[in-house]
Amino acid sequence: MESGGEGSPPLLHSREGMKGMKQDKVFKTILWLGGIFFFLLLVLMFILIFKGSLLSINTFGWKFVTGKVWDPVSEKFGLLPFVLGTILTSFISLFISLPFSLSLALFLGVYYKEGFLNKFLGTTTDLLAGIPSVIYGFWGLYFLVPLIRKLEMKIGVPPYGVGILTASLVLAIMITPFISSISKEVIKMVPQDLIEAGFSLGATTWEVIKKIILPYCCSGIFAGILLGFGRAFGETMAVTMLIGNSNFMPKSIFSPANTMASVIANEFTEATRDVHLSALIQIGLWLFILSVVVNLIGSFIVRRFEVK
Amino acid sequence: MKRLILAAMFMGTLLGFLSSQALAVELTGAGATFPYPLYSKMFSEYYKETGVKINYQAIGSGGGIRQLMAKTVDFGASDAFVDDKGLKKFSSPILHVPITAGAVVITYNLPGVPKLKLTGEVIADIFLGKITNWSDPKIKKLNPGVNLPDLKIIVVHRSDGSGTTFIFSDYLSKVSEEWRSKVGRGKSLNWPTGLGGKGNPGVAGLVKQLPGSIGYVELIYALSNNMPYAKVQNKAGNFIDPSIQSVSLAADTKLPDDMRVSLTNTSAEYGYPISGFTWILVYKDLKEGGLTKEKARALVKLLWWMVHDGQKYTEKLHYAPLSQEAKRKAEKIIKSITYEGKPLL
Repeated sequence: MESGGEGSPPLLHSREGMKGMKQDKVFKTILWLGGIFFFLLLVLMFILIFKGSLLSINTFGWKFVTGKVWDPVSEKFGLLPFVLGTILTSFISLFISLPFSLSLALFLGVYYKEGFLNKFLGTTTDLLAGIPSVIYGFWGLYFLVPLIRKLEMKIGVPPYGVGILTASLVLAIMITPFISSISKEVIKMVPQDLIEAGFSLGATTWEVIKKIILPYCCSGIFAGILLGFGRAFGETMAVTMLIGNSNFMPKSIFSPANTMASVIANEFTEATRDVHLSALIQIGLWLFILSVVVNLIGSFIVRRFEVK
Repeated sequence: MKRLILAAMFMGTLLGFLSSQALAVELTGAGATFPYPLYSKMFSEYYKETGVKINYQAIGSGGGIRQLMAKTVDFGASDAFVDDKGLKKFSSPILHVPITAGAVVITYNLPGVPKLKLTGEVIADIFLGKITNWSDPKIKKLNPGVNLPDLKIIVVHRSDGSGTTFIFSDYLSKVSEEWRSKVGRGKSLNWPTGLGGKGNPGVAGLVKQLPGSIGYVELIYALSNNMPYAKVQNKAGNFIDPSIQSVSLAADTKLPDDMRVSLTNTSAEYGYPISGFTWILVYKDLKEGGLTKEKARALVKLLWWMVHDGQKYTEKLHYAPLSQEAKRKAEKIIKSITYEGKPLL
């Protein structure tokens, strides 16, 4: 491995050089195979999910997407309440999480780049990302639900305690470490000369952040947001425990609702009828399609904001 | 030379190990989660007694039925019997062997935790969203002397598909015409009202958190977690406290020969009305089910043991043992199992 090292031209005529080239080839092939394998896996997954949902697609057609009733007993299946639940929870959680994760990223990336406080806060947020979602669910159930209940009693809505807001709050906590640590890393990558140039012109820290750091990091921060959104979009366990699992169209952010991922997790194991099973797989298909669409839109935006 | 001897000894032990492994019969099963604690106790005791190892995976009744259909397991287990339409999907006839009975209890969160009496009709009206307050005259009439608060009722149901929901909705469909036509029975329902919790712990968690809530959980779960539950009026007009005895008694009626029977709304005088069997499902001809003859013999012996000696483990784990009548029917079913058309017992 010492031969053909970085910087120096490969020793083509020595035995080590030949060996190095061979290793290079093998390595490249492995990388290729790995890449293709995962692409194929994705395609295969899509085909399998599509095949599984064919029965439901043929039976219900577009009614499946526009239907508002989910009734496994009389075999009427409509997806709309779950799509709405999924989109509401993920966007609300993003909305709640953004101010916190961005300020955390700026705090750690600009104000306290090193030292005890940085290490302490950084490790704590990273730890948040490692907590299993079922524990978030339990915490929400026993800590957050009574609080939300009190709030709901004060403002006069049915005091369920569980619902879209409760689920979104917990989701917001869950996605904050993803957004903040990616944003922190891209903020750290802003060239020091740019920042120093800003300061030398007499800019305040806030002005440097607003005029230099944020525009420079825009696409990177957006990539972090995308990752957090993806996590909120597909999260199952914590949401199931806190959203109230009611298959109606949600009326307000306090109403119980249901998400696509949570319906699948709830009903899949005991779905004995073929149409029911196929309908659940079709939810999976739409979840698949929706997350691909969100990611495509996201990467389009990332590219637009990229600094040339 | 020494090495050679060592290697030979090693090979010898390895071969011996392998052959002893091949001799021991291993059975695999999959299905219902509700009887899982009982089954794992039974199977570990059975292993100690006979050396027959049984792998049981609690993947849910639906999964158990599907795996039996695909013949990837030797037996399935389910909390709900396979209906006529479902039976036709099997390539060869299957049998239902009842092992134990369970019940669904109505639990609630009310200040002072009074003992409530409820009728099927009132339960149906509550879960339909027609009775919305605890001080409703219909509840008051059933519970004279109980201080019922002016509190909104919050209905809590299972969000995951489950045999518990099946038994509960099966009962409500029998006692309420409106429930039968509007909601029906199934493992997952289109609930007219209320919140959903995942699994027994999910429902119990919500009920504990929300004053004024009412939900339903398995009897064993309520017993082992000291949850309050209501007495329910049965067909004979008695208000029955759910217990191991009253669940066993629910099966003290006329039972069909194939044991594909729902015990809900039982006509037994002292039986608890929201009870049900849980079954082990096997192919009638085990050759058709893809079993070897050794496995088939072991499986039949195991089933015989489960409905006889195995029954002694039921009550300790809060399950209801089979009634005499149920046991007799189970014996007949086990005796009818064949291999290539010849009986195994």
